[in-house]
Amino acid sequence: MKVLAVTEQRDGALRKVSHEVLAAARALADPSGGAVDAIVFAAGPVSGMDQLGGFGADRVLHAAHADFALYSPDGASATIASIGAEYGAIVFAATAMGRDLGPRVAARLGVACATDVTALGVEGSVVTVTRPICAGRVLQHGKLTGKTAVVSVRPNTFHPVASGKAGSVAALTVPAFAVRVASKGIRKPDAAVLDVTEASIVVSGGRGLREPANFKLLEDLAAAFGNAAVGASRAVVDAGWRDHGEQVGQTGKTVSPQLYIAVGISGAIQHLAGMRTARTIVAINRDKDAPIFKVADYGIVGDLFEVLPRLTEEVRKIRSS
Amino acid sequence: MKIAVCLKRVPDTTAKIVIGASRTALDETGVKFVPNPYDEFALEAAIALKEQAGAGETTVITVGTDACQETLRAALAMGIDRAVLLQSPGSADGLPVARALADELKSGGYDLILFGKLAVDDCNHQVGVMVAELLALPCITAAAKMTMSGGAVEAEREIEGGVEVMGCSLPAVVTCDKGLNNPRLPSLKGIMAAKKKPLDTKPVTLEAASFEITSLELPAERQAGRIVGEGAEAVPALLALLRNEAKVL
Repeated sequence: MKVLAVTEQRDGALRKVSHEVLAAARALADPSGGAVDAIVFAAGPVSGMDQLGGFGADRVLHAAHADFALYSPDGASATIASIGAEYGAIVFAATAMGRDLGPRVAARLGVACATDVTALGVEGSVVTVTRPICAGRVLQHGKLTGKTAVVSVRPNTFHPVASGKAGSVAALTVPAFAVRVASKGIRKPDAAVLDVTEASIVVSGGRGLREPANFKLLEDLAAAFGNAAVGASRAVVDAGWRDHGEQVGQTGKTVSPQLYIAVGISGAIQHLAGMRTARTIVAINRDKDAPIFKVADYGIVGDLFEVLPRLTEEVRKIRSS
Repeated sequence: MKIAVCLKRVPDTTAKIVIGASRTALDETGVKFVPNPYDEFALEAAIALKEQAGAGETTVITVGTDACQETLRAALAMGIDRAVLLQSPGSADGLPVARALADELKSGGYDLILFGKLAVDDCNHQVGVMVAELLALPCITAAAKMTMSGGAVEAEREIEGGVEVMGCSLPAVVTCDKGLNNPRLPSLKGIMAAKKKPLDTKPVTLEAASFEITSLELPAERQAGRIVGEGAEAVPALLALLRNEAKVL
């Protein structure tokens, strides 16, 4: 099966999730010895583009257009649709961009789209998928029987592969497209922050933090780890302490980091749904009977205002050694 | 201004989940159904926009069985003017559903078509944007903030590590995220009025699906781990376990 991997770039650099998309594409192509093309949308050269071969791309298609500095829903969907029928599968990341773009391409090709996939398989020309539904409370197994299978894969579930492929870069002709909707730009927070869906480590806080200012303790811990994002329970998001973008759980985000540390979070069923696929879960809570301890691999019962500063200090020591 | 909201009836998010005998659908026995929570942001946006404009019409549309009439009445009770039920058992594939909705919407003369960003049951995240593609309309997905002026929409959507500002002109499709507004609760007067509002039913036949569910399963329960200790003194032991046993540091 020939597979197209749709990469993502921002500010002229490939995003890490692009390598995960390539790993998923290889999983579909390899059983039949098929090729994987990686498509890159950009206004000009993109750093890391020439190294995509090392992550599994047989060929890199560079779709360059002045409108592609930012995400162009119309341009990207028209470009992929123009070549889409050549492929047995098209793989996106289940990110803000991939969730917007995947269904557009599927509608243009007249085929189904399976979003937020966590496992993929191939049976002949049929792509099989596993998707968490009901915010992770149920696993749905399904199959895509159209000519081209459009899927988006959840970040942090497919791990980048190392491959010795050359991954030659070829320019791809961008077809004419009508601009119906356009990005006017991206507003970034003052300091660069990792997204909870993409970070390897997530440290989340709940009501136990008592007041918004105390989230500084979690931010310090995240900074000590270096590769961590701050998450939040629904209770503190609804109270206006934290942005909805940080909310983990139903009506928030589903995360699958290597390490999830829940601090002052009791563990409502809707929260557990959003983080139960983390590899390792740590809970820090005063209440030894809190439901969060039923899913945590490791727990500390105690006052978070004493535990967190110590944890941050010890993590700093580890990271600097 | 004519605004349509496309709604889905979903199991309440706190409902106990039981997989049905077919293994391909959930057992609905005793399950409470509600309007999809994200669709409530769309309903509120439609009602508020009409109130601000002082004129217009709001319509709620769903694809589903007759059981959806109750869900549509809930939307009418919030303040939507009329409802349309496209009667069908539905489909696991979003595209046939999008086609049925697009067929209904195309002759409606709507300025704005609103959806929730995803339905919390099948988490497909796709029907709204597919409808826009089928109707060749602009679409902004997962809007957490929306402003309208002079026939144009500007919306903000949360993306990884930032906020993306998108703009388009009307008519347009927008899918709504949490943060857009606080959906109102129906008033008693609204509930009474809803009983008299028009609710049209039209049978539809969905096109063949190219996605099918082969089975459903409940994910393996996580096993409770262990309490490493109490208070700050337990921190070194925790970190040792994370490094040496879990190997995540």
